[in-house]
Amino acid sequence: MIEIRNLTKRFGGTPVLDRIDLDIADGERVVVIGPSGTGKSTLLRCLNFLDHPEEGRITVGGVSVDAAHASRRDIVALRRATSFVFQNYALFANKTAKENIMEALVTVQKRPRDAAERRALEILGETGLADKADSYPAALSGGQQQRVGIGRAMAIGAALMLFDEPTSALDPEWVGEVLDLMRRVAEQRQTMLIVTHEMHFAREIADRILFMEGGRIVEQGPPEKLLSAPEDERLQKFLRRVR
Amino acid sequence: MRALDLDYMLGLVPVILGYVPLTLFMAVVAMACALVLASLLAVERVIRVPGLDWLVVLFISFFRGTPLLVQLFLFYYGLPQVLSFLTQINGVTAAIMGLTLHFSAYMAEAIRAAITGVDRSQWEAAQSIGMTQSQMMRRIVLPQAARIAAPTLVNYFIDMIKGTSLAFTLGVTEMMGATQKEASGSFLYFEAFLVVAILYWIIVETLNQGQKRLETYLNQAYAR
Repeated sequence: MIEIRNLTKRFGGTPVLDRIDLDIADGERVVVIGPSGTGKSTLLRCLNFLDHPEEGRITVGGVSVDAAHASRRDIVALRRATSFVFQNYALFANKTAKENIMEALVTVQKRPRDAAERRALEILGETGLADKADSYPAALSGGQQQRVGIGRAMAIGAALMLFDEPTSALDPEWVGEVLDLMRRVAEQRQTMLIVTHEMHFAREIADRILFMEGGRIVEQGPPEKLLSAPEDERLQKFLRRVR
Repeated sequence: MRALDLDYMLGLVPVILGYVPLTLFMAVVAMACALVLASLLAVERVIRVPGLDWLVVLFISFFRGTPLLVQLFLFYYGLPQVLSFLTQINGVTAAIMGLTLHFSAYMAEAIRAAITGVDRSQWEAAQSIGMTQSQMMRRIVLPQAARIAAPTLVNYFIDMIKGTSLAFTLGVTEMMGATQKEASGSFLYFEAFLVVAILYWIIVETLNQGQKRLETYLNQAYAR
């Protein structure tokens, strides 16, 4: 169970996240949609403390952090309970595909190297990149890099996986393979919070969709209801534009 | 104008070559120490440890702002007068210390710039998987910064090799000291210093070749 209470983040005085409350059940797949600049990515980044929220409480996988008084230890604990998939992949440029996945297991979780390597190869198999284990990111296509990025996040075994527009930076030809992999992650009942502009994918994969605007969750509900019978005027306008 | 005494020059080569190991020893040890010290200074400059930052700034400013020769004299002839435990210090140790401190100040700036040059997303990715600050630095940021800084650092190493010649002013008989002694015996100053110049030159050129290989090695992960 993931609990977010009163989460607030300001950039230079203006709130980008305005007292967000959000509960996510274990195994639930939640998709966040909304116009750009409304705090969707900031919400994800705050849950991973890549951006530091000023106020609020975040509880994930037994780790509970009060944003206003978060110590360095709290932050590291929260990051270990979550995993993050970046829009620009952000693979470690000095490490191979396999090493990218092993890194969290060996350095952070202190697992033995050979066990970590076995797990990394297993995950590369699931992502369909077994033959790229020893390739460096620079030698991989965008789609392949993002699949390794998802693999790296999978390896952590986090209570919550965060996906920050994972297909937005990709050439159209690579989007499908990344979405396929995310479907497979979702099938494993992994708790996921996904920011995306892929509406068909959202409808298909989400248990619940959140519509954000102006740093707040304006409307939320199951995809059929939210996408077919939106109540809020801003959501109606947004859906007309993205379709 | 008189002709060069080629026989003398050729005879001098093996004599000076005998002191190449000491020159390289000083340069390699000082370089290793300076790399460690410079990395620590650079990381401090990037993360800004409160209470330590001004000290690091002062250190870098002093050792970049004063001549190496002055620093060497200060260590070897000056400090032992104030700090009695340093009276036993020998010229080689003093030279290594001086070179280390002097070059670490320059290298810290180069490494700091390289760290800043590592893409922000690399830091965030390291943080996102739950690395501590020091794990992130050691495993992700510094290895990538090393690649950016490598050409500059090799240049400093070359400077350092040439800088070891100043150790002769502390009474160390290294390549330059040995040449000086030989020349004052034979009075063939031009020949002697020409030989030592050529030997330094050869060492530096060899290193330049090594640098190209090092860059290829460091770039292999980034090649498409």
